[in-house]
Amino acid sequence: MFRGIARLQSQFGNILSPNKVRSPHFRFALKYSTAITERKRFYQDVSISQGEGGLYEINLDRKKLKTPGGKLFTVPNEVLAIAVATEWDAQRDTLKFYTMHLTTLCNTALDNPTQRNKEQMINAALKFLETDTVCYRVDEPHGLVELQKNEWDPVLHWIENRYNVTIGSSSSILGPEIPEATKDTFRQHLNSYNFWSLTGLEFVITQLKSVVLSMGMIDRHLSVEQAVLLSRLEEEYQIQHWGNVEWAHDYDMYELRARTAAGALFVHLSSENSTVKRKLLQDREG
Amino acid sequence: MAALLPPLRVCRGILKELRAMQGPTYKLSPAYNYVMDQFRKNKASLPPTASQLTVTGQMYCRAQQEAHHDSHTYLCLLASNRTHLALHKLYHGKGDRSREEVAGLVGLRLPTQPGGKGWEK
Repeated sequence: MFRGIARLQSQFGNILSPNKVRSPHFRFALKYSTAITERKRFYQDVSISQGEGGLYEINLDRKKLKTPGGKLFTVPNEVLAIAVATEWDAQRDTLKFYTMHLTTLCNTALDNPTQRNKEQMINAALKFLETDTVCYRVDEPHGLVELQKNEWDPVLHWIENRYNVTIGSSSSILGPEIPEATKDTFRQHLNSYNFWSLTGLEFVITQLKSVVLSMGMIDRHLSVEQAVLLSRLEEEYQIQHWGNVEWAHDYDMYELRARTAAGALFVHLSSENSTVKRKLLQDREG
Repeated sequence: MAALLPPLRVCRGILKELRAMQGPTYKLSPAYNYVMDQFRKNKASLPPTASQLTVTGQMYCRAQQEAHHDSHTYLCLLASNRTHLALHKLYHGKGDRSREEVAGLVGLRLPTQPGGKGWEK
């Protein structure tokens, strides 16, 4: 009997042997699915440095930070690098990965574990438009209907004016009919974002469950708090009616705010390129 | 929709968050330097005077509004992260105890085999 158990153990050991060659996809899935949520802090200082190609890297003590996929962690601009370094520096005795949203977003953009290209991401985002939160209305209770009309209609009108599209709202179970022209306009607009910004944008859309609110926030029409409030409108209505449960409602709201803010910041930092143009008078003074 | 907070309050808020995150050495961090630089550069909480208009020609600078929105977003990120972490520490489950702790609850200790178990290398 003992010999049988020993044979089983050796078989088990072979499967987990690290020398086995696996496909990259499997390795990615393993690294990203068996995610550790916490780890002890193993470094004292965090600093940023500029590497080759003008990309910025994060240094923990003397070691360079790497993504879960094994690549070197590089960001295209200094601001994002500073923000990520601040995240790493903010960790105390343990590293809490679930609070390091910018780092997670950078890792996703660098590794692309689901191996998607821009077109697939844009299609996924547009598919969300058909089930957009802002377009789904209820018929009753009356207070909620009024609230939805007063809060969501202005945002809908804004986005319809801004992009010259029509997106209706409906209270049927099938949702609104989005015309093809609308989708084409949005597709063209989303195509102007680079891959990193699209990663961030898709993250925000998934968090807020609404393309309309995400575009409103990215175009700086709404602040993060406003967008989160509009996304959780029905929950807020029920909270006002039945009361607030701190360990569920507040916890969710702050987590949603943190993630949405991180996503918005990620999109803005990845898509901007700032240049300094000196005007003549300042040149003469300086 | 409510307007955004004035830039001074946003700046103070960000600095408070940085101090809460890093302790008294927050003034040495690159984040502090960058934030202060940006706020000084984009400083025009008052409408520009006539002389400013002729020199710089800025009236409602779009970059300034963008920077203001971005600073608001960053403040929201830091503040909500801190609150979320506090709520997590307060309410989130601690998870299972380790085997050593469980044995210790009843006053026992786990057996150790100095040479390693038979199949371990």
